[in-house]
Amino acid sequence: MISVTLNGEPLELDLDPDTPLLWVLRDHLGLTGTKYGCGEGQCGACIVQLDGEPVNACQTPLSAAANHSVKTIEGLSPDGRHPLQLAWIVEEVAQCGYCQSGQLMTADALLAKYPRPTDAQIDAAMSEVLCRCGSYNRIRRAIHRTANPESQNG
Amino acid sequence: MFQARAEPESDTQDSSQHNGILSPNAWIRIHTDGRILLVIARSEMGQGIATGLAMLMAEELEVGLDQIQVEQAPVGSAYTNHLLGEQATGESTSIRDAWQIMREAGAVARQLLIAAAATIWSVPDSRCSARRGRVHLAEDPRNLSYAELAETASRLPLPPAPKLKPSDAWTLIGTPQPRIDSPDKVLGAASFGLDIKLPEMLYASIARCEVIGGRITGWRSEAALEIPGVLDVFAVRYGIAVIAKTSWAALRGRDKLELSLRPSANPAADSNRIRDRLQGALKGRAAVARKDGDVSTALNGSHAQIEAVYEVPFQAHACMEPMNCTADVTTERCDIYVPTQAQGRTQATAERITGLPKDRIAVHTTFLGGGFERRREQDFVVDAVELSQLLKRPVQVVWTRADDLQHDFFRPMSLHRLRGGIDAEGRLTAWFHRVAGPSVLARIAPDEIRDGIDPCMMAGAADLPYRVPHQRIEYRRADTQVPIGLWPGGGYDHNSFAAECFIDELAHLADRDPLQLRRNHLADRPRHLALLNEAAREADWDKPPASGRGRGLALAEAFGSLIVAIAEVSVENADIHVHRILCAVDCGQAINPQSVRAQIESGVAFGLTAALKGKITLTKGRVDQRCLSDYTPLKAHEMPEVSVHLVASDAEPGGVGGLAIPVMAPAVANALFALTKQRIRTLPIRLS
Repeated sequence: MISVTLNGEPLELDLDPDTPLLWVLRDHLGLTGTKYGCGEGQCGACIVQLDGEPVNACQTPLSAAANHSVKTIEGLSPDGRHPLQLAWIVEEVAQCGYCQSGQLMTADALLAKYPRPTDAQIDAAMSEVLCRCGSYNRIRRAIHRTANPESQNG
Repeated sequence: MFQARAEPESDTQDSSQHNGILSPNAWIRIHTDGRILLVIARSEMGQGIATGLAMLMAEELEVGLDQIQVEQAPVGSAYTNHLLGEQATGESTSIRDAWQIMREAGAVARQLLIAAAATIWSVPDSRCSARRGRVHLAEDPRNLSYAELAETASRLPLPPAPKLKPSDAWTLIGTPQPRIDSPDKVLGAASFGLDIKLPEMLYASIARCEVIGGRITGWRSEAALEIPGVLDVFAVRYGIAVIAKTSWAALRGRDKLELSLRPSANPAADSNRIRDRLQGALKGRAAVARKDGDVSTALNGSHAQIEAVYEVPFQAHACMEPMNCTADVTTERCDIYVPTQAQGRTQATAERITGLPKDRIAVHTTFLGGGFERRREQDFVVDAVELSQLLKRPVQVVWTRADDLQHDFFRPMSLHRLRGGIDAEGRLTAWFHRVAGPSVLARIAPDEIRDGIDPCMMAGAADLPYRVPHQRIEYRRADTQVPIGLWPGGGYDHNSFAAECFIDELAHLADRDPLQLRRNHLADRPRHLALLNEAAREADWDKPPASGRGRGLALAEAFGSLIVAIAEVSVENADIHVHRILCAVDCGQAINPQSVRAQIESGVAFGLTAALKGKITLTKGRVDQRCLSDYTPLKAHEMPEVSVHLVASDAEPGGVGGLAIPVMAPAVANALFALTKQRIRTLPIRLS
């Protein structure tokens, strides 16, 4: 049995410890918000947070999450009203949407580290997640909007 | 908000009467409980089409986007895209096809609801008006909701002709509206193809022959079968399938397969050999796509002339969601859950495989994690339908990233030979452009090839927007073994690179400003001129760029729209930085300006990937690129600042999905020339 705290809930999993977290979430737990994009840690579509750090779930075996805390897009907010999610909607970030869970989880980890990130900090963090629809500028605006709510007009 | 429909075609036939539901056509259903359902017959792959189509219907139906639910259409003749001749999404056609049809659908329903209210109140229709889901009586407090009117309206005869609102009465069309799919997408709740899970479903991964034209002659499955969760390994039409209880087991099992291959009997597909072949096709006979005047004589009589050869490589689509399909085939029926751009063909594929009648084959369209024309293909559908039929269980076929990159239908490689001549006043007198490359339509739509001309390969060459008195545009078909298919931007993509760079070369030869030279040859085309002027004004073209920066321009006319892009670049240690892309866009009436802007930004990223980074090469029959570090889309830190200037227009709406892609490579290449005096004639762009 492997103990994991998933989105704040303790969980006991009787699974092969080598199973990548991505497939634990998708195949076994039905948490399909975390996406399979490459399986090689190159696209970032599967990024989740392990103790608050963004990790590629496809490259993280379940064993690495044992006795640690995992947060997925489903755990970002109960109702879609996390400030990043709201900013994402205002800035119309998502197009096809496939990479967006990875983008949001990376952005959330970034803001935990740098509450007022610079463009360079945003670029460094967000370049881990590929978006074929080119939503990058909107992502940057949405992160700034979240970080500086008082300087936004709406 | 977003759901796939379960029922096949049988229930989609037009009928205005059932259970009191007002359903005057295939798109609108107004329930007596207040639900207003709009059916979206195009695939949502990020372009915002669900929002756009809903806006067209809601405008005429007089409801707010906050009052509706949308549903993906099943397969049905009513849902044919008339510009594509099938139920499909692509080639920037959706809005052009829907512009009249969707508004009329809404208008018919509105007229019925008004007629129902007039009947109930015994007043003429003219005294009733519709607003936000209710019909109001003039100078009278009485009003009724659509829910209250649906049953009466469903018994009324259809109006003889839909009456569309005048444009000055629009409240939605032309206004920026938030995307209706955003809330699901930020929750991670939007259901893509790989998110489908059916009871008893099995997963499959298929190892295809890596060598193009080769065959898998044998395989060893022992190691694969030892993986927990792997159930079976056997040969299918396209390769060796590993069947498992989970996606992960299927992928692991497939990694453990040992395959023996027999190469193709033909010479191996190889980039160098293909380039030689295309170079040969730049000479000799060719089919003539357009002939104005006499190019040879005009070139010989010109004040100065130049010739150049441009090269465009194979490109992958690289959708973020790898190809996949889920099928559930029984002896009675077939259900396919798939991120597809081609519902009609998907049904036909399943009909061919299962022998079931069409009305028992339902196609449930999920969200698409990118489409880019790749999802018009059927290979992943075949995988899933055949396996489900064989296994008598629902099966989800999962492609790996390597499968996706290696077994794509690539954007074709092409070579371009151009010759141009100018007179003593610096005006273009002669323009010759030969396109040499494989035919995209030979496999997809061979009937569209006429007199040796593949119109898909020639788009943007044969319809050069500039007025040049002597033109000859040629196509020399040179097929290769490499599977090719449609790509966003189509022929405009490769031809605009060649033509828009070459016109810059001619401007340089004539010692003219590239923008002015273009203007001189668009003198009788006011839309083009206005757009060029808008772009020039917004970019301060008349002033030199900042020190160390170069600026370049490109124009394209495609899909009923026009775009001018101006790129600003710098170079540092041979690294190219694209700082800014300015796009001036005339797409006629913009339905949702917000979506148009997003689509242009998206095209900038896709086009810059192709211009600066993307290239598929082949060695001894194998695609060299296997993963996203071999074929990397533009990353966040490489994205330039993008400004989009939409020109107000009341012309018919044009397409925008693929519009920005063709102008990226030439705008950047021309900017690099302005900065470095190096002419870029090969993609992806490399400085020497």
